[in-house]
Amino acid sequence: MSVLEVKDLMKSFGKTRVLKGVSFNLEEGEVLSIIGSSGSGKTTILRCINQLETADSGYIAVDDEVFFDGTQKKENATEKRKRQLLIGLVFQDFHLFPQYNVLKNVTLAAELLAKEREDYKHNKKQIHDEIVEKAKEILRKVGLSDKLENYPCELSGGQKQRVSIARALMLEPKVLFFDEPTSALDPELTGEILKVIKGLAEEKTTMVIVTHEMSFAKAVSTKVIFMDDGVIAEEGTPEEVFDNPKSERTRAFISKFDD
Amino acid sequence: MPVIEIIKSLFEGFGVSLEIFALTLLLAIPLGLVISFGSMSKFLPLKYVSKFIVWVIRGTPLMLQLIIIFYGPGLLSTWANEMIANGTTNFFIEWLSTWAVMDRFVAVIISFVINYACYFSEIFRGGIESIPKGQYEAGQVLGMTKSQIFFKIVLMQVVKRIIPPMSNEIITLVKDTSLARVISVYELIWAGQAFIKSSGILWPLLTTGVFYLVFNGLLTVVFGKIEKKLDYYKI
Repeated sequence: MSVLEVKDLMKSFGKTRVLKGVSFNLEEGEVLSIIGSSGSGKTTILRCINQLETADSGYIAVDDEVFFDGTQKKENATEKRKRQLLIGLVFQDFHLFPQYNVLKNVTLAAELLAKEREDYKHNKKQIHDEIVEKAKEILRKVGLSDKLENYPCELSGGQKQRVSIARALMLEPKVLFFDEPTSALDPELTGEILKVIKGLAEEKTTMVIVTHEMSFAKAVSTKVIFMDDGVIAEEGTPEEVFDNPKSERTRAFISKFDD
Repeated sequence: MPVIEIIKSLFEGFGVSLEIFALTLLLAIPLGLVISFGSMSKFLPLKYVSKFIVWVIRGTPLMLQLIIIFYGPGLLSTWANEMIANGTTNFFIEWLSTWAVMDRFVAVIISFVINYACYFSEIFRGGIESIPKGQYEAGQVLGMTKSQIFFKIVLMQVVKRIIPPMSNEIITLVKDTSLARVISVYELIWAGQAFIKSSGILWPLLTTGVFYLVFNGLLTVVFGKIEKKLDYYKI
């Protein structure tokens, strides 16, 4: 059973065709890396899937349920909002909420969602405590137990990105997306993020990672997609794509990183 | 004339200035927020109407606006009454003829509120538009509703950003209350000026400057405290 199914996704910005029909499947526990040069449409795939952008056409299913269908007209905002929760997203430049401390950054969305629960009024205190406990547990996992009360402006880039991963994990998404999670970081801070992602992969978290870290992609993924000019130029296991690329274009791209 | 009497009437005038100040602030902030939403609206007619109003109000002197708001209704009803006396009448003219002469203080509040709301609206718009798109997107992928994103994420950041320009405008407002003098509202400047005519002394008018200065000094301290209070995070 596919956790994520994407069929023939197309998207243009004005006259520029960014995605020219992208299809792939993702099974539970798989880690997909999307590589390719800038402007090849990698980030747009993520943004279209979790509906920050609306694709022009195509079909997306999460857990075999229709998530997006380009042939359908606009739908209800609440449903769309609920659906977006199935997919978590870690941004390239974190987008933490500056006015809240680390703990509140992680709990905020969960607290707001809890208000929609029917039993919220009766169990306010208990629900709140559970959320805080869960957040602390996740923050411990990403190694930030000592930063709960700190504000984002007091953290390093790597710490910020780990908060942002914790924030996404808090809502238990079916699939976790990473949009170039290390591109805004110094090389020395990159390692700590990659370590966290590796840990998640070991726990069989289903993930899609857009990245320029080739050796990392090779080590962590079960599947690699090479994007070129809005289409999937090559797709396969890391060994297939990195060691025996079929297309000339892929070979040229990968050889640039071999040093 | 005993000094104590003079000081007393200066304080009386200052009381009126403070009333103008406080009422304007209280009413112009919400109205400014409404206008800023108007000028950011995706509904184009609303957007252009809002922008037009802001253009007219910011593009003309507040003194002129005061005069128009104060004398306008009276002039219109006089004109309507003349029309009726000459035999021309319709529903609109009859309605105009019932307009009374505007109360001076009300005229001041109306024109100040509209004027300051327009300035505030541009500050609010700038503040809201300066919040990076990523903050909205982060809220969106975390399943927040539009209003949750605005109230829980964006608003506090906007407040922090607009405090410096708002304190600027608010300090200007304190001094602008003196414009009420042109439609003979008894405020601080007039209170001081009155002694030139009545007793031929100039110092009361000059002393009014101290009132503005001290009050603005207080405001500066308050704004500094608020800024400091919000200093625990950076945007």
